[in-house]
Amino acid sequence: MSRAQATPPSPRVAGACFHCGEPCPDGAFTADGKIFCCFGCQTVFSLLTENGLGQFYDLNSVPGVRIRESARQARWAFLDDPAIQEKLLDFADAQQARVTLHLPAIHCVACVWLLENLFKLHPGIGHSRVNFTRREAAITFAPRQIKFSELAALLASIGYEPALTLDGLEKAKPSFLRRRQWLQVGLAGFAFGNIMLMSLPGYFGLDSVNGPWFKVLTGWVSLALALPVVVYSASDFWRTAWVSLRRRVLTLDVPIALGLAAIYSQSAFEVISGRGPGYCDSLTGLIFFLLCGRVFQQKTHERLVFDRDYKGFFPLSVVRKTASGETTVGISCLQTGDHLVLRNGELLPADAKLVGGEACMDYSFVSGESEPVTRPAGSHLYAGGRQVGGAIEVEIIKPVAQSYLASLWNNEAFRKPRDHDLDSLTNRYSRRFTFLIVGLALAAAAFWLFHDASRALKAFTSVLIVACPCALALAAPLTHGTAQRLLTRLNIFLKNALVIERLAGVDTIVLDKTGTLTCADAGGVSFQSAEGGKLHAELSVDETQWIASLVRHSTHPNSVRLANTLGTGSLPVSGFQETPGCGIEGTVAGHKILAGSCSWLEQRGVVFAGKHAGATSVAGALDGAFRGAFTLTNTLRPEVEHLLAQLGDHYELALLSGDNEREAARFEKIFGGRATLQFNQSPADKLNFIRKLQASGRRVMMVGDGLNDAGALKQADVGVAVVESIGVFSPASDVILDAAELPRLARVLRFSKSAARVVRAGFVISALYNIVGVSIAAAGLLSPVVCAILMPLSSATMVVFTCGLTAWLGRELQVKRSKVEGAARHALQPATSNLQLITKEAA
Amino acid sequence: MSVIIILILASLTVALTFLSGFIWATKSGQYEDTQTPAMRILADEPADRLSISKKESSQQ
Repeated sequence: MSRAQATPPSPRVAGACFHCGEPCPDGAFTADGKIFCCFGCQTVFSLLTENGLGQFYDLNSVPGVRIRESARQARWAFLDDPAIQEKLLDFADAQQARVTLHLPAIHCVACVWLLENLFKLHPGIGHSRVNFTRREAAITFAPRQIKFSELAALLASIGYEPALTLDGLEKAKPSFLRRRQWLQVGLAGFAFGNIMLMSLPGYFGLDSVNGPWFKVLTGWVSLALALPVVVYSASDFWRTAWVSLRRRVLTLDVPIALGLAAIYSQSAFEVISGRGPGYCDSLTGLIFFLLCGRVFQQKTHERLVFDRDYKGFFPLSVVRKTASGETTVGISCLQTGDHLVLRNGELLPADAKLVGGEACMDYSFVSGESEPVTRPAGSHLYAGGRQVGGAIEVEIIKPVAQSYLASLWNNEAFRKPRDHDLDSLTNRYSRRFTFLIVGLALAAAAFWLFHDASRALKAFTSVLIVACPCALALAAPLTHGTAQRLLTRLNIFLKNALVIERLAGVDTIVLDKTGTLTCADAGGVSFQSAEGGKLHAELSVDETQWIASLVRHSTHPNSVRLANTLGTGSLPVSGFQETPGCGIEGTVAGHKILAGSCSWLEQRGVVFAGKHAGATSVAGALDGAFRGAFTLTNTLRPEVEHLLAQLGDHYELALLSGDNEREAARFEKIFGGRATLQFNQSPADKLNFIRKLQASGRRVMMVGDGLNDAGALKQADVGVAVVESIGVFSPASDVILDAAELPRLARVLRFSKSAARVVRAGFVISALYNIVGVSIAAAGLLSPVVCAILMPLSSATMVVFTCGLTAWLGRELQVKRSKVEGAARHALQPATSNLQLITKEAA
Repeated sequence: MSVIIILILASLTVALTFLSGFIWATKSGQYEDTQTPAMRILADEPADRLSISKKESSQQ
């Protein structure tokens, strides 16, 4: 179960929007004596209160989600396409339909309540049920009264926009497997308890008080109760043991299955022949403990998707332009030759040719290059680019499935299933173990054959019974499960518990630059005044406000960053004009201001006193005269330098970047010259780089953030995806790491090594138990009582030892973390104050 | 001492009842989502579970 937490209620702040809690600008919207930041929030408030849903605001002080986009019904029109409905709806007939929608905006108790009272907003909506952990709502509605598209639009209008992606269409429901697992454990526990109850008199020799028939009765009942456990609960052990035998590999399941078979047949033989009560108590207990270990290990993060292919990156619908106008269509209906309209911020789903408008494509998703590129009409655009600026019209030249992006997934790295399981510590150990046990059992049988032939068979099965590697099988799952749980608490999510072991084996770390080491959106901004300018070197307060007012109107990433740094500017702008990919202009407070690339300013007749080149810069001109340039640099995430220093001591490091070499010198300094730095890397280059490292015998961990490293993440022994917010989006990977936790990576790696050591120590303990047990068994002295004590004891020791030690090591991890944070903050002090200096300059 | 047989039968019956209860709970999906019910109970009035057909008839 995922530890997804509801956001704690935050106190209502004066001057904050009643609905979403964001600060309200002057002239805010008011209704019912409450203030709202925007018209959207006010509309939702009115809608909810009018429909008797005012309790929404009592459950959480600021429950709402800010409405970022005005609800456009047409956006959802594609949902009425029967082909798409068939894939999305769980169930549909003429009367009613049911759909399960992923609503990422769900975050608190009030959300759950509101969505489950959705029927009050529209008569066509029936029952709705929220699964908070998965951020899903299952909604029943009457298609005759409310169309699917209207339902989606309604949800979007109150702030819960459904997240519909292409891979969501092909999702499989995984719940059946988990139910089966619960049933198996439950059945084994039931049988274990009841058989124990009946065997207990036997342990104290009380079973003959009632006469000899009592022994026979309990024996038969135990045998009957154990049968479903052996057949159903233990079915996974039989199957995997059989599979691994056929593939001629010895996994740990082989000796387990061997032991289980030996115990049950020995018990059946004893009960049927009336020789004794058998070992059904130990058998069911064993299966119960083993299954508990498995359940413990198989923790799943329901909110996170670890196996996502390119389809997860694409929107479900696009705007297609035909002779009759624009329609929204599902992406799977797109064909070569279709004309699409792409608006600001929309993703191009297929390779296309630019027909109309000027494209300014942000390929950071695909290539890692953070600068948007401008393309003239007629040029070829690759899928995965995001349009920045005005709307463009493109013609599809390749279907979605054959585009540049999709071809990445045709690489064999994505096709081969990972079989690291076979390579795990446990299985490597079990290979030797199995031979040893079978050898010992045969030796014991041979010994007794010459001395006392009647005990030979019993000695043989006894060795197999006692050696059944229950404790051994528990060591790794318990350690890994505990470790995984601890990491989850730190917002570090592992795909499965085995990843811990692979983390411990890593010797080379490859890092991506943009979005991983640096923040994708935030960055430092510094202003450099024009050389020899008549004006003073720094921008005045007025000038800053003018520029801030201007750049607020553009959605270009550079404008957004400038606007964020320069602060609020709310002066009216007249004659605003944006030349996509080049620059913006407008008149503020009577001054004509231009901001954009140097070449564009030159075109507009601005004369430069000196050239500004190199890093990303935005040049500005005031009333026709060049005023200066803003230099935008990517800021490193906090503590990255400290992290790299830590990692560099123990691991080989490499940096791969899709960006050009403009920041090469800076990163060479940060890495201290110990790492391989590669720039201009395409996604395929990155993948090949990893493969080459692996070919030279290295175990590689790749740390990346997006589509452009998707191949490398998949190819690497451990792929770590760094994400800004958990649960929203992540590429296929083994570990999903909250970007804020990146500094902890070195600790996590060290912790994984400790965990591997705990597993090894667990093996030693189980080996000791086995030596004691096998010596008793080989002597032919194994009785049900000894067995019933030895087996639970060894399992219990293992639980206490592994869980306890791992948790203790994990506590160490957290304590050390806070110390490190303090130290790192101290070390980074000069850098931070520098940044403040820059901001001060700009202000 | 046939009373012990009755006792064993009785205890097994009780145990099997609990087992079937567990199987029913698992099959009806009660272990799938353990978080939302805890949040649902915080709201004062329980969500009114009107079925669509009822609503349609009430409108007419």
